[in-house]
Amino acid sequence: MAAMVTAAPTATECIIEVRNLWTEFGTLVVHRDLNLCVHPGEVLSLVGGSGSGKSTLLREILGLQQPTRGEVSVLGVSLQHGHAEELRQLRNRWGMLFQEGAMFSALTVYENVALPLRELKTLDEDLIHDLVMLKLRMVDIEARHASKMPSELSGGMVKRVALARALSLEPELLFLDEPTAGLDPERSESFCTLIVNLKRELALTVLMVTHDLDTIVSISDRVAVLADQSIVALGTVAEVAAHPHPFIVEYFQGERGKRALEGLKPQSQAPATV
Amino acid sequence: MQLSDKPIATAVPSSKGIVESSANWFPPALSLGRASDGRPTVTVTGTWNLRSMQPVAHALRRQLAALARQAQEAHWDLREISRLDHAGAMMLWQAWGRQRAEHLNVRAEHEGLFAHLQSEPAAEPSTGKFHWMHPMLAATRPFMVLGAHIIEVIELLGKVSLALLECLRHPSRMPWKEISANIYRTGAQALGITALVGFLIGVVLSYLSAQQLKAYGAGIFIVNLLGISVVRELGPVLAAILVAGRSGSAMTAQLGVMRVTEEIDAMSVMGIPYTLRLVLPRIVALAISLPLIVLWTNAIALVGGMVAARYEIDISIPYFISELPNAVPVANLWLGLAKGVVFGMLIALLACHFGLRVEPNTESLGEGTTNSVVAAITIVIIVDAIFAVLFSSVGVP
Repeated sequence: MAAMVTAAPTATECIIEVRNLWTEFGTLVVHRDLNLCVHPGEVLSLVGGSGSGKSTLLREILGLQQPTRGEVSVLGVSLQHGHAEELRQLRNRWGMLFQEGAMFSALTVYENVALPLRELKTLDEDLIHDLVMLKLRMVDIEARHASKMPSELSGGMVKRVALARALSLEPELLFLDEPTAGLDPERSESFCTLIVNLKRELALTVLMVTHDLDTIVSISDRVAVLADQSIVALGTVAEVAAHPHPFIVEYFQGERGKRALEGLKPQSQAPATV
Repeated sequence: MQLSDKPIATAVPSSKGIVESSANWFPPALSLGRASDGRPTVTVTGTWNLRSMQPVAHALRRQLAALARQAQEAHWDLREISRLDHAGAMMLWQAWGRQRAEHLNVRAEHEGLFAHLQSEPAAEPSTGKFHWMHPMLAATRPFMVLGAHIIEVIELLGKVSLALLECLRHPSRMPWKEISANIYRTGAQALGITALVGFLIGVVLSYLSAQQLKAYGAGIFIVNLLGISVVRELGPVLAAILVAGRSGSAMTAQLGVMRVTEEIDAMSVMGIPYTLRLVLPRIVALAISLPLIVLWTNAIALVGGMVAARYEIDISIPYFISELPNAVPVANLWLGLAKGVVFGMLIALLACHFGLRVEPNTESLGEGTTNSVVAAITIVIIVDAIFAVLFSSVGVP
């Protein structure tokens, strides 16, 4: 049914649209006339060397930082020209998983996940409780951990609780900053599966910043490569890997890249059709 | 399935709170009707997601509860729902008494949402049962906490003393740079605020006492009164309180953040004892800078007093200065400076103690900083009282 996509359809069908974006810190130009379009329902990975401005771009898309010039629109709302009320509501429609989790350290796991729901002020505790426990179950956190403080959790658990918190408002759009950094391979594998499943179930659009080739190969529909202050390549993993840009060659054709891409042929279809 | 056209319940949320275009958006709605074979059927339509439900959550809940009571054998038809998420599914689920409705029609893509709910919700952890010991523990807790603090402070003092001994044996290990940086931070940078407060206190004290003394024609004794009170008591205590608030809190916060970010653990792993590198320099620095601050506060407070006395009871400034040494035995000055040294060490010791106790969360950091300042000021006043008793015969003409 067409109503699955609730975003006000823009002419170009972009759920996130970055137009002619410039970012300058003093004389340092981080982004030079950068354009990016994320389609509804896809998982887009943003890759680039360290210092290439991935995190800055993510912060600008989230409205945490203003670009020097240019415009960012998310779900049809311009972050530069939108009304305060529109922007406030926009922030209830996306979820962000920070690299270190960014859990509220003074609140328990349960309260962390319940906070955005309580902040709506219209839901009763009964529903909030069930929803929180459901979200925790979805990310494989047992109920006995619900009353723990974030500092008592392991790194992988913090990430999963943070994901539960990012999902608590049923977002249409999910941002992931290095979702698998600091997880052991097995955990990061299951984290990827988790995200793929959630994406399918909740019709999520995902924008992910990551370094990890395995993560990119296993869950992303498209990859955007940020280098030379702009997006130099945008397409499926296979398309991007064939691009002749020196950064991409180094990144994808290196020893690790080859290994990750080897699994691409049989795996690439799997997440889309299962 | 045909429905009779008399919906008995419909919820319409206000359009406020929805950003998206209304073209493909319908409010969550419920209607009870009868199918062709006469069975009651609840038809659920509209957008059942958190965003469209939340403005009307209470009304929806009441309706759902009413419908569930009214028509227990009802068929639930969810096929018309345009959008469903976990919150919507959960709301329906709760209305069905936390189980799947017996007769349920749902689109295949929404099946998964209910499948999640079906798995048995795990029990919540018990919050702890009552035990007869609990009231007693609660009553004695403050004393236990105080005892634990005292023991820990003594332990820390011991560790610092050992670090100091180590430094005396190997002078090259003395953290000179840190000491000097801390003297600058706690001393030089505190000159402004202590001068301002000292001056104003001097003026106020001099003005008030001058008025009383004038009534007895004893205005000349303003020198004795001001001199003794400022040099012996007010200067050291005032400076200590200001420094406790200013530098003590900063030290606690610094060490607290270093604990939160595991910097202290990193130092220990590298074989750099934190007592030597972090605690000792702070204690030594404050033991040096606080007496100097006391001297400075004394001087400025006396200047304030002199100025006020000059205008209030016509005591000339040269007379005040020449009379001061006769009125205030120099032992008072040494006593004041000694207090400065002791207060400085205590403030730094307590600040470090509370900083090292900070747990890795924001609340604990705030609590630690507050406790550090309160404890430091309290201990300064207590120790001041002890000084007053011990040295009651010293410096009194």
